[in-house]
Amino acid sequence: MNTTTSPAAAAGAPVDAALPKVRVDYLPLLLVPVMALVMLPLVGSFPTWVTLTFAGLAMGMMIFIMASGLTLIFGLMDVLNFGHGAFVSVGAFTATFVLLPMKGWMEADSALMNLAVVGLAILLAMLVTGLLGWAFERIIIRPVYGLHLKQILITMGGMIVAEQLIHVIWGAEQIPLPLPETFRGAFILGDAAVEKYRLIAVAVGLTVFLTMFLVLNRTKVGLLIRAGVENGEMVEALGYRIRRLFVGVFMAGSALAGLGGVMWGLYKETLTAAIGGETTVLVFIVIIIGGLGSVGGCFIGALLVALTANYAGFLAPKVALVSDILLMVAVLLWRPRGLYPVAKR
Amino acid sequence: MLTTLLSGDFPRSRALSVLLLLVLVGLALAPFLVHGARALNVAATICIFVVLVASYDLQLGYTGIVSFAHTMFYGIGAYGVGIALHAMGPGWGPVALGTAAALAISLVLALVIGLFSLRVRAIFYAMITLAVAAAFAVLASQLSDITGGEDGRSFKVPEILQPSFRLMDGEILGRAIDGRVVTYYLVFASALALFLLMLRIVNSPFGRVLQAIRENDFRAEALGYRTVVYRTLANCLGALVATLAGVLMALWLRYVGPKTTLSFEVMTDILLMVVIGGMGTLYGAVVGSALFILAQNYLQALMGQASEALSGVPFLSQLFHPDRWLLWLGVLFVLSVYFFPTGIVGKLRAGALARSQKSP
Amino acid sequence: MSEILLKLEGVHTHIGQYHILQGVDLEVPKGGLTVLLGRNGAGKTTTLRTIMGMWHASRGKVSFAGDDITAAATPDISCAGIAYVPESMGIFSDLTVRENLYLAARAGEMDTARLEWIFGFFPALKKFWNFPAGNLSGGQKQMVAIARAIVEPRRLLLIDEPTKGLAPAIIQGMITAFRELKETETILLVEQNFNFVCSLGDTVAVMDGGRIVHAGMMADLAADQELQQKLLGLSLHVHQ
Repeated sequence: MNTTTSPAAAAGAPVDAALPKVRVDYLPLLLVPVMALVMLPLVGSFPTWVTLTFAGLAMGMMIFIMASGLTLIFGLMDVLNFGHGAFVSVGAFTATFVLLPMKGWMEADSALMNLAVVGLAILLAMLVTGLLGWAFERIIIRPVYGLHLKQILITMGGMIVAEQLIHVIWGAEQIPLPLPETFRGAFILGDAAVEKYRLIAVAVGLTVFLTMFLVLNRTKVGLLIRAGVENGEMVEALGYRIRRLFVGVFMAGSALAGLGGVMWGLYKETLTAAIGGETTVLVFIVIIIGGLGSVGGCFIGALLVALTANYAGFLAPKVALVSDILLMVAVLLWRPRGLYPVAKR
Repeated sequence: MLTTLLSGDFPRSRALSVLLLLVLVGLALAPFLVHGARALNVAATICIFVVLVASYDLQLGYTGIVSFAHTMFYGIGAYGVGIALHAMGPGWGPVALGTAAALAISLVLALVIGLFSLRVRAIFYAMITLAVAAAFAVLASQLSDITGGEDGRSFKVPEILQPSFRLMDGEILGRAIDGRVVTYYLVFASALALFLLMLRIVNSPFGRVLQAIRENDFRAEALGYRTVVYRTLANCLGALVATLAGVLMALWLRYVGPKTTLSFEVMTDILLMVVIGGMGTLYGAVVGSALFILAQNYLQALMGQASEALSGVPFLSQLFHPDRWLLWLGVLFVLSVYFFPTGIVGKLRAGALARSQKSP
Repeated sequence: MSEILLKLEGVHTHIGQYHILQGVDLEVPKGGLTVLLGRNGAGKTTTLRTIMGMWHASRGKVSFAGDDITAAATPDISCAGIAYVPESMGIFSDLTVRENLYLAARAGEMDTARLEWIFGFFPALKKFWNFPAGNLSGGQKQMVAIARAIVEPRRLLLIDEPTKGLAPAIIQGMITAFRELKETETILLVEQNFNFVCSLGDTVAVMDGGRIVHAGMMADLAADQELQQKLLGLSLHVHQ
């Protein structure tokens, strides 16, 4: 998001030839379509390609939802929360408080009822993870601002404790989490099958991305966050309490992790406490690829990682085991600080 | 003599000296002090973890690098020997070959990871090692043709180390001198040697530069030290020693598998031992490992009893379930990072220092 | 002498283990432009940052318009009416010029008449209104930084070395701007460039070794070659 400007909002500003060039870095934007097109002949069959691409986009959107909060928190507060995965797990497990007792609504053959119950689950999950984020920031993170080594250790410790508490509260067994009735099955487009739930995931992911984009570019809070990413001290010197901004962003980021957790849990249709750990690795790779702190980079990185995983899974299953690492290495060889390095970091 | 052995780095606290001596004597005489296979297993595990944790401290405590790939190097060592012995049969040749191959792989991996990420920031390195280690663990469990997959590999060790081997007839203090005892002393001697070597390294000029970098890398750079080179060296050194610890573990267990070497639980165990023992003091690794492994083996049983006693109370019995051992460790870990960042050794030394200043 | 707006009494500031300010006594009268002179490392920037609450005084007292702000937090000090232009300018390069100024306008919206007044000093800002501030030249960034400080009326402006690294032509424009600004605003200006400020300043203070070593009227210092030599000899040679 660091390359976007809004010339459309120009209030009659004169434009002349001597204006400085607006440097928009388009290259990373091309990566996703280029990768998809290059894979088409390799995959061979068009319907298969459509299915794979859609699966990749859906997975990418879910990873983006989980990763966006983490990268924003890092950009603004210079805190890397190694316990971010715990919010993903807590979100997913909290959703079971709604999804399991309201089984009837889940199994009902009514899109409205299904949406209502999933929506309620998401709402509860985001509320709980948001509040948990608030507590986490206050108790775990606040004493260690600016101390990277301790941050890593403490947030890791927080993650261990949270994961164990999940076992205590929800038990160590895995919980089946079947999709609601109307979310199942696939749309048939020509010869290609696109699963309904993946379509929903793409829609939710795009909504989150656009909302974030608008908030960051068109609202005062968003401008303050972007300003704070670059120079928090100056934001304070302009009279704003950056601490409040921190808490707000931390809560929002945690709530997004919770949302991602619910989406991911429904996608996998089972829940284990390991969900936090396995998504943490994905999320880290994504935000490294995107450039630590960059939301736009995180979006592209998430899509790239997920598409690579899907194509590789089809073309060379053994390579798929390490495809995300290989992708990360390739990106870092090209741009050592990720696709969109944030100036200060 | 002692000064040379300890490289001039004395415990500097009477309580700590007693504690260290206790551990040393205990481990040295373990086969004769305790009976049964389990107790000996605890002693050998302590020996190996002292090395593993100390090599981690070389990175974390002395250089300020947070790595989550330490278990990967440990695993490489274990798998190197394990696969070689499994494929080529028992013998010292495969052990040497497996060790050499493992060391080479570890060195290359540590170099590559270091070059990629050590230039940037501590956080970057921590994230990348986490990702690489996770990928490695997946590879090890999926490439089952080579590694045996989730089940791992059992293998035969050289004859002198096999349980059926008898070094001499008869018993000493009620313990038959069999291959297990020989293996134990191989592990013990190697661990002691590696530990003293690391002590030498951190107290050499090289070690002092590392600590200077940890305190203030800008200043160290300004003084003319290539911080990247030093960091990378420390990182490689830590990785190599971890690999050797893996070799020892494989020889002791006669088995390698993802659970015992590569799992994230092992990584958290190492972190806990370093922090509880005391970062930045190799003696912390000794104290941390010994206490942790003893607690792990004997406190967990206690938790089981507590859980049973509380079996009527739904939530509490879950909290004290032996499987929730990690929960309490996690809490302990967070608390110690906050309140005792220097760990047990730091506390003991600070106490000794305060006393010596009070009574001139 | 007129009413004192800002007053530092025996202020000591430590940064880490370094004792930077060693008892600063400074008075800034209301209205006009006060210049804080001194060579590199004299403690000028630390003085400004201590006033802003970015570093806190370990001893002594800072009062603004009669209120003790020694221990106040930066946002509160800002809201009390002090604007700060740091040496690094503190521009948000990712944001447009408009957005940079908009964030400084705490009232919510910017006053159009006042904007036109600012554009009078810095026409370039109008031209680049919707461009990312990061793409501007050094001089233009400095204009954004100063404009941001005056986008709403403030009671005191703290400006740290605005001429640093700027071309002489731009400095000339800045002198004009400051001359008009000081008619309405109170300014504390940190400088090393004596030629730039000798015609601008009303009062002057000279720092050395973390203390104020001279305070008085600028006109007196400008007329007294000997005193200049004594106080600023070194910096004049280096920076002329």
